Amino acid sequence: MTHAAGDLLASLDEGVVTRVLGRALATGGEFAELFAEDRRGSLMTFDDGRVEDLSSGRERGAGIRVVVGNTTGFAHTAELTEAGLLAAAEAASAAARSGGGGVRQVALSRARVESPSPVEVLPQEVGKARKVELLRRADHSARAAGGAVRQVTVNYRDSRRQVLVANSEGVFATDDQVRVRFGVSVVASGDTGMQTGGESAGATMGFELFATRDVDQLARSAAERALLKLRARPAPSGQLPVVIKAGSGGVLFHEACGHGLEADHIAKQVSVFAGRVGEQVASPLVTLVDDGTMTHQWGAMAIDDEGHPTKRNVLIDQGVLTDYMWDWLRARKEGRAGPANGRRESYQHLPMVRMTNTFLLNGDESPEEIIRQTPYGVYVAQLGGGQVNTTTGDFVFGMTEAYLIEDGQVTEPLRDANLIGNGPEVLRNIDVVGNDFAMGWPGTCGKQGQGVPVGMGQPTLRVRALTVGGTAR
Amino acid sequence: MNAPRTDLEQLAQQVAGWARPGEEVEAYLARGSGTEARTYEGEVESLSSEAYAGAGIRVVAGHRQGFAYAGSLAPDVLAETLEEARDNASFASPEDWVGLPRPDGVAPAPLELWREELAGFTTAAKVAAALDLEKAVRSADRRIRQVESATWGDSSSEMALASSVGTSAADRSTACYLSVTAVAGDAAASQVAHGYTVGRAPSELDPAKAVNDAVTRAVRMLGATKPRSAHLPVVLEPRVSAQLLGLLGQVLSGEMVLKGISLFAGHLGEAVAAPAFTLVDDPTEPAAWGASAFDAEGLACRRNVLIEDGVLRAFLYDTTSARRAGTQPTASAVRASYKGAPGVGARAICLTPGPMSQPEVLAHIGDGLLVQSVTGVHSGVNPVSGDFSVGAEGLLVQGGQLGAPVKEMTIASTIQRMLQGVVAVGADLEWLPAPAAGMTIAISEMSMSGS
Repeated sequence: MTHAAGDLLASLDEGVVTRVLGRALATGGEFAELFAEDRRGSLMTFDDGRVEDLSSGRERGAGIRVVVGNTTGFAHTAELTEAGLLAAAEAASAAARSGGGGVRQVALSRARVESPSPVEVLPQEVGKARKVELLRRADHSARAAGGAVRQVTVNYRDSRRQVLVANSEGVFATDDQVRVRFGVSVVASGDTGMQTGGESAGATMGFELFATRDVDQLARSAAERALLKLRARPAPSGQLPVVIKAGSGGVLFHEACGHGLEADHIAKQVSVFAGRVGEQVASPLVTLVDDGTMTHQWGAMAIDDEGHPTKRNVLIDQGVLTDYMWDWLRARKEGRAGPANGRRESYQHLPMVRMTNTFLLNGDESPEEIIRQTPYGVYVAQLGGGQVNTTTGDFVFGMTEAYLIEDGQVTEPLRDANLIGNGPEVLRNIDVVGNDFAMGWPGTCGKQGQGVPVGMGQPTLRVRALTVGGTAR
Repeated sequence: MNAPRTDLEQLAQQVAGWARPGEEVEAYLARGSGTEARTYEGEVESLSSEAYAGAGIRVVAGHRQGFAYAGSLAPDVLAETLEEARDNASFASPEDWVGLPRPDGVAPAPLELWREELAGFTTAAKVAAALDLEKAVRSADRRIRQVESATWGDSSSEMALASSVGTSAADRSTACYLSVTAVAGDAAASQVAHGYTVGRAPSELDPAKAVNDAVTRAVRMLGATKPRSAHLPVVLEPRVSAQLLGLLGQVLSGEMVLKGISLFAGHLGEAVAAPAFTLVDDPTEPAAWGASAFDAEGLACRRNVLIEDGVLRAFLYDTTSARRAGTQPTASAVRASYKGAPGVGARAICLTPGPMSQPEVLAHIGDGLLVQSVTGVHSGVNPVSGDFSVGAEGLLVQGGQLGAPVKEMTIASTIQRMLQGVVAVGADLEWLPAPAAGMTIAISEMSMSGS
């Protein structure tokens, strides 16, 4: 879009922000926050051999939060003028049901946090024709992979999210988050029906992503995955050893314990990990980290959506639970400093505790050896999404490329299925960890209806027993 | 084009009037407001008020389509958005079938989905409803140890659509809900369940049902164990069947047929499901959560019979896919919000209810599994291959009676086999917040994977 390059958020200077926060606190609020956002995005879809969908758009607005006691009031507006913001501030403050009066002065201190993800080429400045050409190339490469390829869908997405966060504790910070993502899905058709294969790449960076990620390669591997599954047999049904390939999608940890280590679930005692800091909750081979500073990763940001610099946090150290993840609200209740995991989907949403990039550190076994030492089991080369019930710890995750392991060798491909396990049990049952760490595909994590980008990663590892949800007899 | 009924429709017509010669322009405008109140431990945890407005503009020129959106209804932003949609169209591939719908003379159903009552329901009353709900769940059973949250939510939404080729539509609706998450047991072994009630106005809500659903379902799961793997008959509760029937909207999309990736392509007129299975998508049903007078392209919604006595009768089409297939649209265009271009989808899928209550369905199958909730539907159901595998929890059924609770297992099959295997459909039809109604459904056999 031919948006004026002028930075909309720049009009929100310290004077305006101070007055808005002051108004939000005017009826006795203890804490007030302004979150302003200007987000542009575009999507292109190449489907069925042609450019089918091109769409783009822009949204901007601000959310205002006021906290009184245990109550949070929230209102948002698409009017980024002082008048619009003052009205939202009054609505949020009324929602917090604040009683008394009193004027409070807010003293802001502007913080400069370097982005972990510098951008070379803004995707919005790259011609649409060049993007279409990438889609066309990927479509061609996928179709060239085999005569059984029936259908190819290729997506290109980019987004630029400029945020400004200020609060009554003096935080005043900005960030400029640029993300690019490319995905290919392929349907192949054979005697046994149709099968699907997908591959995607995404990073918190500009269009330079394509200098290192070859779209032809992505397309070929998506197609090969679909073609391979044409000869897949039904997955086993029951408990088996499962080997998970490096970088296949750290969704295992995201679901098995990531959500259960979010401080909101802990505070409400709806996590199986509540009250267990200092305990051995996992195999000693497990060291799990959440790191929002990880350069160019999908969940990387300079600041979280509450204006606090992101951090690297060790959650589990050699199997011992060391800490949970925190947002401002939960950290405040526990009297802790340094929350860094408060995130929200947009200015229309309240922040809550969320993961950033969550990953398992390397062990020392070679991946080949892990397979060789598994007499019978399942080898998962690509994972799909997952879901967890933090209260019981039960979680599922899908496998979208998997094989049987027989006599220490990877053999027959398997059809798609979910796997199910119990978080604490699975963490204890990890009995080998490889030395081949890799990050997985760009994920979108959903919680209470809000989606945020997250990164995940892990080396090859084995779980002694996981339930594979297939249909084989 | 009709005279505008609302200021929003007037604005949409104005934007449509900006079309240049040889160009088709469609403006979809949406505006709304809402409230959400969450309580925890007898206090308001958060109270949020929402207000939004936005536009999605489609341009077709030279049989190429482009789309752009903006979170604003300001005229200068709308003009800029139209320009962007034009630019996007210039990069799309031209196809004969691409174009906006023409009015087809079908009259919109006389639905009244707006309740003035909601506007008169105060914020204090909303907060009180959520607090009461939490309290009722906490005191319903001594085994409830926690209420994770109790929530009141409501929304008032307005839409308008107009195109330069004559479509024009305006509609509005209200909705509200109460939902609660109950936790039973102790810290060592907890079970959790959700309860909710939905309506278009506060007087249509049934909080006692939400309480009972959450409490009964959490408590009856106490002591659940992982079952041994087995192949057995499976009974789905209404809220589970609504989730799964909703997926059929995708599988029955005419667009998927055209693209050669539908399970059901080439099977029109054939038996794809058990004889007891008659499936319609009917957004003109006023009780449906997805009820709507107009589809997302401004055509009047209509009742579409998709499967009749097990025989596949029709697919769903929007204008583009219908033109390509050489058939009439079924007025099945949907959009997630003003931020997306329309696509094909179902709004109100419903299976014709059978004669039996849930206990009668259980008696009918004798031994099997009653499923009360499923997880991992997005990761375990492949609408192209038909492979189906989801996490599940529920109760074993023995001699037609509910038995031991079981959890941490999957149930698996294929969509094709499940449709053929429907042996009973319950009479307990329930419209849930989903694009499908739920009812108890029994399937002759699925694979249960446990220990």
